[in-house]
Amino acid sequence: MRDFAAARSEMAEYWHIRLGLEDPVKKFFSQAPEADVTLEADIPEKDFNSAGRGSAEVKNLLKRLGVDPEVLRRVAVAAYEAEINVAAHSLGGSMTSNIHPELIHMVFQDNGPGIADIEQAMIPGFSTADEMVRELGFGAGLGLPNIQKNADALHISSEKGDSTCLEIIIYFKNDGQ
Amino acid sequence: MLKLSEYQAAIKGLNHTPDHDPAAIQISGAYVCDMLSDVMGNAKPGQAWITIMKHLNTVAVASLAGLPAIIFAKGNQPDGAVVEKASAEGICLISSDLDTFSLAGILYSMLNA
Repeated sequence: MRDFAAARSEMAEYWHIRLGLEDPVKKFFSQAPEADVTLEADIPEKDFNSAGRGSAEVKNLLKRLGVDPEVLRRVAVAAYEAEINVAAHSLGGSMTSNIHPELIHMVFQDNGPGIADIEQAMIPGFSTADEMVRELGFGAGLGLPNIQKNADALHISSEKGDSTCLEIIIYFKNDGQ
Repeated sequence: MLKLSEYQAAIKGLNHTPDHDPAAIQISGAYVCDMLSDVMGNAKPGQAWITIMKHLNTVAVASLAGLPAIIFAKGNQPDGAVVEKASAEGICLISSDLDTFSLAGILYSMLNA
């Protein structure tokens, strides 16, 4: 069981849970049920051709499972933004997608160097992206806001000089059941 | 809704993805932008995407956002790897010599005719 209070005292943390879904999300994190299927993908640093493979794999699997196209789009966009973030801003990391009967739980763990100010990173338009990332058409400061817009739950824990862990939950049905 | 083939004719567009027949693709409108995150956040499934960006991530974004076609403005031509990926992902790639403003204006007129 995850100790929310302990986690908060050690690292900077950000939570966003869609209104009305607080109870199922908290229940999920406290019970930490085993996933039916888990997919893993590596996200190498600054490799924008590889970034997106994990999202595509997840999208294809959920499509085969018959997940609603609008939910599928939200999962794909949130996952791709998160993959791009890891490739663009970190020393590389990994994406783990846990598929449960009623939801998908995606975990993006990187190897640092951490987010200096998470609240600032959530502001649309704020970006620390370098020139290379911007030339590709990323780095508009919309990645995290896009993830939040599409996710039912978003949890970020990070500290400057340490790694960042970003978790996304998206329910397959609107009521979280 | 408009057949992509009719729009392609109006903009004198070149189809790079012969696997995908523009006559079989319906578009509801277009999203015009070169920032990939803005497209992912705001483009609606079924819209074409008018842009000058032509690297691999452009195709990934179109696929994730449910956009059936990318229209490259100002004569921009995608390279082989991009065409291959688009063919595999079911995205139709069309190049036109017209600029973004003209491409959007022509589509707007056709949809509102």
